[in-house]
Amino acid sequence: MSEEKLTGAELVVRSLEYMNISTIFGLPGGAILPAYDPLYDSPIRHILARHEQGSGHMAEGYAQATGELGVVIATSGPGATNLITPLTNALMDSTPLLAITGQVASEAIGNDAFQEAYTVGLTMAATKHNYLITSAEEIPQVLLEAKHIATTGRPGPVLVDIPKDILNQKVEWIEPKLIDMPGYKPTLEPNPKMIAQAAELIRKSNKPILYVGGGIIHSKANQELFELATKFKIPVVTTLMGRGAFPDGNELCFEMPGMHGNYTATTSIQKSDLLIAIGVRFDDRVTANPKFFAQNAKVIHADIDPAEIGKIREPEVPIVGDAKSVIIGLTQQLEGSELNTSEWIDELNQMKKDYPLSYNQEEKGPLKVPFVLEELQKLSEEDAIVVSGVGQHQMWISQHWNFTSPNTWLNSGGLGTMGYSLPAAIGAKAAYPDRQILALDGDGCFQMTCQELITASTENIPIKIVVFNNGNHGMVRQWQKIFYKNRFSASELTHHTPDYVALAESMGATGLRMVEKSDVKKVFQKMLEIDDKPVLVECIVDPEDMVFPMVPAGGSNDVVILNEDDLKKI
Amino acid sequence: MSERILSVLVEDKPGVLARVASTISRRGFNINSLAVGPTNIEGRSKMTIVTELESVEQVKKQLNKLINVIKIVELDPENTIESEVLLLKVSINKDTQTSVIEKASLSGARSVDVGQDYAVFEMTGSSKDLDKLENLLKPFGIIEMIRGGRIAIQTKL
Repeated sequence: MSEEKLTGAELVVRSLEYMNISTIFGLPGGAILPAYDPLYDSPIRHILARHEQGSGHMAEGYAQATGELGVVIATSGPGATNLITPLTNALMDSTPLLAITGQVASEAIGNDAFQEAYTVGLTMAATKHNYLITSAEEIPQVLLEAKHIATTGRPGPVLVDIPKDILNQKVEWIEPKLIDMPGYKPTLEPNPKMIAQAAELIRKSNKPILYVGGGIIHSKANQELFELATKFKIPVVTTLMGRGAFPDGNELCFEMPGMHGNYTATTSIQKSDLLIAIGVRFDDRVTANPKFFAQNAKVIHADIDPAEIGKIREPEVPIVGDAKSVIIGLTQQLEGSELNTSEWIDELNQMKKDYPLSYNQEEKGPLKVPFVLEELQKLSEEDAIVVSGVGQHQMWISQHWNFTSPNTWLNSGGLGTMGYSLPAAIGAKAAYPDRQILALDGDGCFQMTCQELITASTENIPIKIVVFNNGNHGMVRQWQKIFYKNRFSASELTHHTPDYVALAESMGATGLRMVEKSDVKKVFQKMLEIDDKPVLVECIVDPEDMVFPMVPAGGSNDVVILNEDDLKKI
Repeated sequence: MSERILSVLVEDKPGVLARVASTISRRGFNINSLAVGPTNIEGRSKMTIVTELESVEQVKKQLNKLINVIKIVELDPENTIESEVLLLKVSINKDTQTSVIEKASLSGARSVDVGQDYAVFEMTGSSKDLDKLENLLKPFGIIEMIRGGRIAIQTKL
């Protein structure tokens, strides 16, 4: 039975509906215009960003908050090049993303046409895979394949580039089917022999550490992890991308290790005799100099991406598989075993007492970010989603916020993309209109994508934004203080420009400001009361404050700098 | 360091060579030779990549992540037949002509074009044999030389 013919553009929209996509983020332009016409009649919600980078981060925020595919649509040329940052960000943090870009007409490709860029070439190293569509019939099939690649195995971004003439071409809808892809078969089920070997090492270990990360969250394996850790009493450290994979506050949770991790988490790895690494990639922000990392430990490394295993550290037991299956396998194998870890846990708890995270909020002194964060958490809802920028504030949030469930902490971990917070928060709020979404940002970061506040206002996405204004690129300043003899080259932004309250109001949001300790509670209460539009709180904080603990880049995790006095050690 | 030969089966799709090359350069891997061509299977091409990397395992894993890469086999040098093609243009004159042609043909090269002051040879063989020919003819003045990249096949089933 032949159906009526549809344009390529109609096929794009129909395919998105077919894949149950409810929300997309984007910005129209010449080459993608045909696709925006059928979108006008579609039940799919389109959120109009003010810059393509913003639209990309929105789709990432949507995906990170839900664990489902985020979709972004952009035009050719600058539309596509502006997506490169969010695509690379999604690649680094394994976020499932589908980017659809318009391209100049097929016959103009390669001629340096108006708004032409070699999108497939430019994004080759920024995506898990990409496609150039050469005929409209392919559209439903390619989009379904793209979704499949983006959301399975190690998730990541996939881009589909569609020339304008193909968007206008009329063809029949061919029902897409997931066919065998000979070069793409992610290994989900771990090899039972490896699981048995891993269990054997765990049984023999006196000082095991579960070193877990984003892979747990992608695999939705937090329950299984909880069972494994609590049943056999294995302490857990959660990387920046894995915060929330295991609940803070649990007696086995020692939170984040690494460059700005807490002393106990970092040191636990150094003292451990067995690292059970699951869904982590031995990032340099965790390991510091890998030569000195966990020198006394054997390593079990489980990851869905075989290329991560042995990339930085050769494990004793390599396991390729999905985190959930790996953890279930380990728990079954260990059934009946009793681990002798109580001394180890006592040792770590003593360490935690001896080396706590600390800050000093003086009654009349400038505000300190950790204090403000703790006050905010007391007032906010338990399932609030926290979305961070990059730098000092990001580290303080990871250190001081209590994350008790997965997908409540969104940040740019791998790429370290300043400007991520505000648009990603918009994406998260679009996914969960009834939850509190807190964009906690630095002033330097905020200024990179702040025009998206207009998107939040006009699209009726009432997020809460806190801009920690220290008038500086704080982490840059911190490094200049420590490593460049206080020569603050190009790191000062000024405290007073822009006027954040006026900026917020001009963009259709409510602007509030806090300066001293007595402001904090009442300003946050006011912020949390307003639910009909976005609210921005400018929080003026101490520019001299530095993030500790700290392990300098390339150093050894055996030498943790605990405070300013400790800087003598380096 | 010893050479490692990877035989990479890929989907014959636009951009696949660029993806492989991009992955190799992005990860900072060096390659000695890369040759690509069709196979007996429709829609499949084979790339032969020769590298001296210790980290060949990492190269294999990174290439395997490419959606268009189907299979990577590292060939065992003991059971591998390798071949490469070469075209070489060398200067000759009345005095050297006979000697050049003799040396080349003894090495296994075939003369494909001989002019008054030049000769072109074609040779197929292992890369070592091709190296030998090049060294042999170097004193006479090589004008141009092109090598086609090494291809290899396993001798066992």
